Amino acid sequence: MTAPALDRAVPAAPRPRFLAGHFEDLGAQTETAQLGIWLFLGSEILFFGGLFTAYGVYRANHLELFRYAHHFLDWRLGALNTVVLIGSSLSAAWSVRCAQLGQRRGLRATLLVTLLLAAAFMAVKYLEYSHKLHHGVGWGASCHPDAEILGELPAALRAVPVPARLGTFFAVYYLMTGLHGIHVLAGMGLYLWLLARARRGDFGPEYWAPVDTVALYWHLVDMIWIFLFPLFYLIG
Amino acid sequence: MTTPSDPPTARSGPRAEHVVPARTLLATAAALLALTALTVAASRLDLGAVNAVVALAIACAKASIVALFFMHLLYERRFPRVILVASALFAALFVAFVVFDTTQYQPDLRAREAQAPPPAR
Amino acid sequence: MIPAARAAEPAGAPAESYLAHGRGPRAWLLTLDHKRIGVMYLVVITLALLLGGVFALVLRLNLWRPGGGLVSNDTYNKLFTLHGAVMIFLFVIPGIPAALGNFVLPLQLGAKDVAFPRVNLLSFWLYAIGATLFVAVLAVGGVDTGWTLYPPYSLEDARGLGILLALAAVFVAGFSSILTGVNFIASIHRLRAPGMGWFDLPLFLWALYATGVIQIIATPVLGITAAMGFMDRLFHLGLFMPEYGGDPVLFQHFFWFYSHPAVYIMILPAMGIVSEVVSVFSRKPIFGYRYIAMSSIAIAVIGFFVWGHHMFVSGQSRWTNLVFSFLTLLVAIPSAIKTFNWLATMYKGAIDLRTPMVYVLSFFAIFGVGGLTGLFLGALATDVPLHDTYFVVAHFHFVMVGAVLTAFLAGLHYWWPKMTGRMYGEGMARLAAALVFVGFNVTFVPQFFAGVAGMPRRYATYAPAFLGWNRASTVGAFVLALGMGLALGGLLASLRSGRRAPANPWGAASLEWTTPSPPPHENFEATPRPTGPYDFTGLRRVSDEAGWIRVPAEAAP
Repeated sequence: MTAPALDRAVPAAPRPRFLAGHFEDLGAQTETAQLGIWLFLGSEILFFGGLFTAYGVYRANHLELFRYAHHFLDWRLGALNTVVLIGSSLSAAWSVRCAQLGQRRGLRATLLVTLLLAAAFMAVKYLEYSHKLHHGVGWGASCHPDAEILGELPAALRAVPVPARLGTFFAVYYLMTGLHGIHVLAGMGLYLWLLARARRGDFGPEYWAPVDTVALYWHLVDMIWIFLFPLFYLIG
Repeated sequence: MTTPSDPPTARSGPRAEHVVPARTLLATAAALLALTALTVAASRLDLGAVNAVVALAIACAKASIVALFFMHLLYERRFPRVILVASALFAALFVAFVVFDTTQYQPDLRAREAQAPPPAR
Repeated sequence: MIPAARAAEPAGAPAESYLAHGRGPRAWLLTLDHKRIGVMYLVVITLALLLGGVFALVLRLNLWRPGGGLVSNDTYNKLFTLHGAVMIFLFVIPGIPAALGNFVLPLQLGAKDVAFPRVNLLSFWLYAIGATLFVAVLAVGGVDTGWTLYPPYSLEDARGLGILLALAAVFVAGFSSILTGVNFIASIHRLRAPGMGWFDLPLFLWALYATGVIQIIATPVLGITAAMGFMDRLFHLGLFMPEYGGDPVLFQHFFWFYSHPAVYIMILPAMGIVSEVVSVFSRKPIFGYRYIAMSSIAIAVIGFFVWGHHMFVSGQSRWTNLVFSFLTLLVAIPSAIKTFNWLATMYKGAIDLRTPMVYVLSFFAIFGVGGLTGLFLGALATDVPLHDTYFVVAHFHFVMVGAVLTAFLAGLHYWWPKMTGRMYGEGMARLAAALVFVGFNVTFVPQFFAGVAGMPRRYATYAPAFLGWNRASTVGAFVLALGMGLALGGLLASLRSGRRAPANPWGAASLEWTTPSPPPHENFEATPRPTGPYDFTGLRRVSDEAGWIRVPAEAAP
C-alpha cells in the first residue's frame, strides 16, 4: 500500500496555464500539436491534389486551350503575389522564432506583417478577379470575354476565334485560385487570433505551439501558390 | 490528476526546441525569390513541352525549400517528413493515373464526338 | 495497478464513472470526454442504421413482386439511393472508428483522452450536421441517382435541390472523418503508456491507425469531388457535364479514388475487432501478431491503387483496366494472411462461445465468401458480364453488412460491459446473433444467383424468372431485421436490468480491462503499466460478479 502514499508525498509543481489535462508537459503537447497539423496538412495536399488532377486532365487533352487562355492572366501580378507570399512566409517563420525566444514585440510585429502581406495578396487577387469579371470572363457557361479584354491579348491570339471551351479553363482557374484564396482568408483569421493572444501575452519560450502550427498551415498555403503561379501564369 | 509512477520517457518531458537561425530564414527567403526570378525568366524562352517540366521542377525545388527550412522539416523527427512525402506521392499517383487514362481514351471520345457532337448550350 | 493493493485500499469513494461526471445536456453535447463522444456517435449511428434499414425493407418488399408496385419506380430509385448513402456515409464508414474506436482507443493506450479532444468534439458535430443534411435531402424530395451520384444525370438541373444537399452532406461528413483520422494517428504516436512500444499495441489500434491513414489521404479527394460537383451543377462549369465541355468519366475517377479506399476504412476496424475477440475467446495469444499488424498497413496502402476496378465498363482505357485488375488481385493477399492467422489462433484454443465470438465466427464465414466473390469482380473478363448485376450487390453486402456489421456487433457486445457497466443477457444475444447470421445469408446468397442469372441492380421491377431468388431474399431481410432488433433490444434492456459488470468480464489483457466498468472520467486512477495485449498468463477467473483478475507472478506457489 505504499505506492499511493509515495504519490501523495511528491509536491505537485503548479501546472502551466495552457497545458491540457491529458498531457504530461508542454513539450509533449507541442510535439503532438505539430504532428496533428502535419497530418491535417497531408489531407490538404490531397484536397488540392484533386484540383491539380482536373488541371492536368484538361491541359493534357486541350493543350491549345490552355496555351490561348493563359494570356488572360497577367504574369506580373502573379509574380507580385508570389513575392508577397514568400515575404509572408518569412515573417510567419520569424514569428515562431520570436515566440520561442520570448521577443514579445518582435512576435507582434511579425504576426502583423504576415497578416498585412496576406491582405495584400487578397487585394491583388481582387484586382485580377474584378478586371476579368468586369469584362465577361466568368467560368463555365458564363465565360464571354468582351472586345476590350480580347484587345489586351497578344496580336497573334486576337486573330484566332475564342475557343469554345474557354469556360472550362476559367472554371479550373477560378476554382483553384479561389479555393487557395479561401485558405488565405482563413489564414488571415488565424493570424488575427494569434495577434490577439500575443497582445494578451500568452506566448513565450515555454508555450508557442499555436504560433508554430498556424505558421505551418501558412507555409502550406504558400507552397500551393508556388505551384499555381507557374501552372496558370507562366507555362503556355 | 495523476503523477506518473514511472520516470518520463524520451517522448514526454521538456526537450530542447530547435530555433531556426535568423540567417537561415533570410537565406531561405532569398533563395525563394531567386528561384521565382528564374522561373519567370525560363518561361520567357520558348522551349515547347520542356517549359512545363522546367516550371514544375523549379516549383518542386521552391516547395522543398519552404518545407525544409520555413517548416523546419530538416530539424524535425522522421514522421512529419513521411507525412509530407507520402501525401505528395499519393497526390502525384492520382494525377498521373487519371491523366494517363483520360489521354488514352481521348481517341475514342473524339471519334464519338465527330459522329454525334454534344448539344451546345 | 496491482490487484492486491487495490483490494487493500481504504474503502473511500471510488472515482465516479464517466456517465455520472457532469450532468445535463451541455455536459454531453459540449463534452470533451472521448467516452461521451463515442456514446453520442453510437446513438446517431444506430439511428442511421435504423433509417437505412427501413429503406432496405421497403425496397425488398417492393421486390416481392416482379412488377413491383409497392412504391412508384421513381420512389424506388430514391429509396435505394438514400439507403446506400445513409448506410455508407452515416453508418458503415464512421461506425466502428467513431462509436467504438473513440471510446476504446485512449483506454487501450492507457491515456486520459485522445490527442485533440476539442477536434474530436468538432468531428462529432460535423458528422451530426452531415447526417442532418442527408435527412434534409429526404425532405426536399430525395435524389434518385444511386449513392454514387454519377453525372451527367446527377448534375442536370432537373435533379433539383436534393443533389446539392447530398453533395454538401458528403463534404461535411468527410471532414468529420478526416479529423478523426488525425486524432487517432496522433494519439497512437504520442499517448501510449510508458513501456508500450509499437508492437505492444492491441491489434485494434493497428487497425485504427491504418484506417486513419486512409481517412486522411482519401477523404479529401471525396471532399473536392463533392465541391466540384456542387459548383459544376450551380454554375455549369464544364468539369463533368459533356454539354458544357466536361468529362463524366473524370467524376468516376475522382469518386472512386476515395470510395474504394473507403471500403477499407469500413473493413479494417472490423478486422481489428476480430483480432481482439478471437484471441480472448480462444484463450490464446493471437497468432502472427506482426503479420496481422503489417497486413493492416498493407491493405491501407494497396487499397489506393485499385479504384479503377469500379470503372471497367465506364470507358476507361484498356491499359488502365489491365493495371487495375492486376493490382486488385494483390489486395486479397494481406486479407488472406489475416484470415489464416485468425484461424490459427483458434487452433487448439479453448473456445468460449459467447456472443462476441459467435459474431466473429459468423464473420469468418461471411468475410470468406465476400472476399472470394470479390475476385470474380476484380478479374476483368468475369467483371464485364457481372457489372451492375445483383452479383455485385451481394458481394458488397457480404463484406459491408455481413463482415462489417457482424464485427461491429461483436465489438459492441464485447465492449458493452466496459461502456455501460452492465452485462447484456447472453441467451437473447446469442439468439439474435444466430438470427442475424441466418437472416443475412438467406437475404444475400440468393442475390449471387440472381446476379449470375442476369438480374440487373437498381431496378424496381424484374423478369419473372428471378422470382424465387427475390422472394427468398425478401424473407431473409425480415429475419435479419428481427435478429438485429433483438440484438438492439437486448442491449438496451441490459441498461435497466443487466448484471453489474466487473472490470474484466472476459479475461482480456489489454489496458481497457484494468479500469472499472464503466471507467471513471479520467480513465485510470494511475498511469497503467501495460502487459502484452494478448498475454493471458496470470489472469484468473474469480466469479461472474468479480470477473477476471491478474494474479501477481510471485503469488503463484
